[in-house]
Amino acid sequence: MTGPLLDIRRLSTHYVSARGTRVTRAVDDVTLSLDQGQTLGIVGESGSGKTTLALTLLRMLPPAARIVSGEMLFEGSDLIKKPENEMRRIRGKRIAMILQDPMMSLNPLFTVGDQVAEPIRVHEGTPRRSAWKRATELLKAVRIAAPETRVGEYPHQLSGGMRQRIVGAIAISCEPRILIADEPTTSLDVTIQAQYLNLLRDLQRSHNLALIFITHNLGIVAKMCDQVAVMYAGRLVEAGPVKQIYNAPAHPYTRALLESIPRLGDSRQRLTAIDGQPPDPSAPPPGCAFHPRCPKVMDRCRSEAPPEFRVTDTQTSRCWLSAPVAR
Amino acid sequence: MAGPVLEAKNIVKHFPVKRGLLSREVAVVRAVDDISFSIDPGKTLGVVGESGCGKTTTAKMVLMLERPTGGIMRFEGQDLQALDGGSLRAYRRSVQAVFQDPYASLNPRMRVGSIIVEPLVTNESLASAEVRKRLLRLLDLVGLPERAADLFPHEFSGGQRQRIAIARALSLSPKVIVLDEPVSALDVSIRAQILNLLRDLQAQLGVSYLFIAHDLAAVAHMSHTIAVMYLGKIVEIGPAEIVAKSPKHPYTQALFSAALPSHPDERRDEIILAG
Amino acid sequence: MNGTAANSRSVSTVLALPSRLAFIRSEGFPLIPSLILLMITLVAILAPVLAPHNPEVGVLGDRFRPPAWQTGGTTDHLLGTDHLGRDVLSRLIFGSRISVVVGLMVIIVAGAVGTALGIISGYLGRWVDQVIMRVTDAWLALPALMLAIFLAAIVGPGISNIIIILAAVWWTRYARVIRGEVLSIRERDFVRLAVVAGCSKWKIMRMHILPNVINSAIVLATLQLGQVIIAEAGLSFLGVGVPPPLPAWGLMLADGKKGLMAGYWWLTVLPGGCIMLMVLSANLLGDWLRVKFDPQLRQL
Repeated sequence: MTGPLLDIRRLSTHYVSARGTRVTRAVDDVTLSLDQGQTLGIVGESGSGKTTLALTLLRMLPPAARIVSGEMLFEGSDLIKKPENEMRRIRGKRIAMILQDPMMSLNPLFTVGDQVAEPIRVHEGTPRRSAWKRATELLKAVRIAAPETRVGEYPHQLSGGMRQRIVGAIAISCEPRILIADEPTTSLDVTIQAQYLNLLRDLQRSHNLALIFITHNLGIVAKMCDQVAVMYAGRLVEAGPVKQIYNAPAHPYTRALLESIPRLGDSRQRLTAIDGQPPDPSAPPPGCAFHPRCPKVMDRCRSEAPPEFRVTDTQTSRCWLSAPVAR
Repeated sequence: MAGPVLEAKNIVKHFPVKRGLLSREVAVVRAVDDISFSIDPGKTLGVVGESGCGKTTTAKMVLMLERPTGGIMRFEGQDLQALDGGSLRAYRRSVQAVFQDPYASLNPRMRVGSIIVEPLVTNESLASAEVRKRLLRLLDLVGLPERAADLFPHEFSGGQRQRIAIARALSLSPKVIVLDEPVSALDVSIRAQILNLLRDLQAQLGVSYLFIAHDLAAVAHMSHTIAVMYLGKIVEIGPAEIVAKSPKHPYTQALFSAALPSHPDERRDEIILAG
Repeated sequence: MNGTAANSRSVSTVLALPSRLAFIRSEGFPLIPSLILLMITLVAILAPVLAPHNPEVGVLGDRFRPPAWQTGGTTDHLLGTDHLGRDVLSRLIFGSRISVVVGLMVIIVAGAVGTALGIISGYLGRWVDQVIMRVTDAWLALPALMLAIFLAAIVGPGISNIIIILAAVWWTRYARVIRGEVLSIRERDFVRLAVVAGCSKWKIMRMHILPNVINSAIVLATLQLGQVIIAEAGLSFLGVGVPPPLPAWGLMLADGKKGLMAGYWWLTVLPGGCIMLMVLSANLLGDWLRVKFDPQLRQL
């Protein structure tokens, strides 16, 4: 297949308050692309718009949100233009999503088997018995011991790590092309987290999945991702290959973020902190949203929001510092 | 001054498991199973471990929110088991806490100024002018403006609320502060601010910390000594650099190798733990 | 600092309302029920000024006059007269006093006692909790109205007696609900931190628990108001409530019952309508309060 699997161009999603008085630009002019088999990390803090971006992809936005502009091309066709019944065929089957809290994602009243089999039955019309068999195989694929017994159990009988694996099994049950994982390991212990991420990587290889990680944790990005996109106040401020960005971040926010994180083996040196706090998405600062906290702020940043500049042919940065120098 | 400020020897905490109509005790949960540690003045003891390891129970015992079932805990040489009533109140002045959730740690119906000085006015009878003076000093110590005192918690962000919680913990000039996941609920870009603040305060005031977190790098960064807990026991305890760089116990090794890398070049092979 | 109240600020500037009253224009605020309750309260306060006649004394020759718009009615008695020739309008007006006073006093007394016991029971736990809860359970097991009638029959009629009896019956509902809330607030970090700070149990109950349950108590009170008024009316109707010739609405219903067959509809429909208006308004206000406070309650 030529061209990227997912091609998002200048996407904007806005929330409008009940009286129409306040508009929050949750996602503002975002351009991203994802190739088959690639892993993309979307990094941002609260109010960055990363979760809204994921919901926009699946067209699962709450009523107050509106896709204002842009396009989302999945396998060449624009998801924004698709009617709801076509989206329903895509959700779960071609694009799947895992959420943060497995307890919230699983219905306590249904067995594991029922829940893993559900997408299979919904999308493929498979009869119950064969769907259950596939469910058992899926449990095996996500490395759950004794899957034949587990399949008849209820979520509360399982540990947190196992529940998250089941959520993973549900997600891959219909062999999607893209798997979106929204903070999938926040509630997990360190060692369980490592196992789970390794599992996701193996699933990616065996099922030829494209993975999108939505997270605030730069460690997950360092471990798992090929490409990274950094979001701040709804805008994409930096994007590119992971190694390149970790070695030479072009945007001051990315750089400050990387420098502020304690590193194992980096003992007892003062951390480089970022002043201030992430902005309220409904009232971002004028110009570049990061300018009140930026150590390299210039006058221009306070009034003009920078466009995306190409730093190299694979890395972009939304910062006046990256503007090509006039000759 | 010589000697640790807090010392725990062979501490045990059992919770009874009750079954049946008459709530008969059938078994015990060994939440904390024979641990020993000490904290020196002005230093930080970091505790890491996964869920169920007993670190939260240990914190509660240090704060006297739970009593140990066995073992000895000493504060500045004094046996804590022997405390109650008045001497317990005196102990409380020396050991304070900052908890994880900045949205649950502050009474939403109280003004920030009252929240910060509550420990002070509860334990000492000072003239209100003196209380005000101390309040302003505390606000200054944590980097909050004077007018913060008259506002309510909901008017502050997560990071600011943690500062308020820290100011409150400092109001009685305690010797030890128990920090239970103080930055994990905060935005990544704010964590460094708070961690730096905590370090500065330690250098300035000589306060000791019991720092509990699941973020291994943060614990390694903040602590002088690290204790690794697993199923109620301390499996390894030692100077932070040594535990972090060359751990001896297999569990510690697995834990640190499972930690997320800070750079893509650091993608190491993890030791896979079964179970 | 996060900007928070921007929305209500803009709304209240449009209306030039002081910001404390801005909630009046918020979504779903039951304006009419609140105005009705306000009006009833005002009527109760201004009763001597508003009532055209003495509510307790009637002219026997003037009995059973229908309301002014029917044949046989006069403008002198706008809503007619009852079986003793007393002016219905004046009795309704003065009757509002009784409903308002009894209603308010009962929910205040029951609320105070019930909330206090709920907090003590929920926070102190153990045997105190057991004792208070068993007493509450036993009390709740007795049917409210029957208990009220029984007590009324013993202590005799009178407004203060009614208030005491109804409060004694109703406090249990508060105790249960508040105790439930206290159980969850007790586990919250800020309460733990108060213990760590060395606060005494009573200080914690007063400064930390009480302010955070008072919203629930208020919601419960508004929802109970309707029930209390109906109970008072019921008691009066059965003859064990407010004694005649006091013009309680329930009593008016009882007296008017005899006239129903004869077609004297105004003697029952009008006081019944007043009861209904007041109870309905109280319930709608209570419902709105509960929904409004609920998200906060869940955050508690």
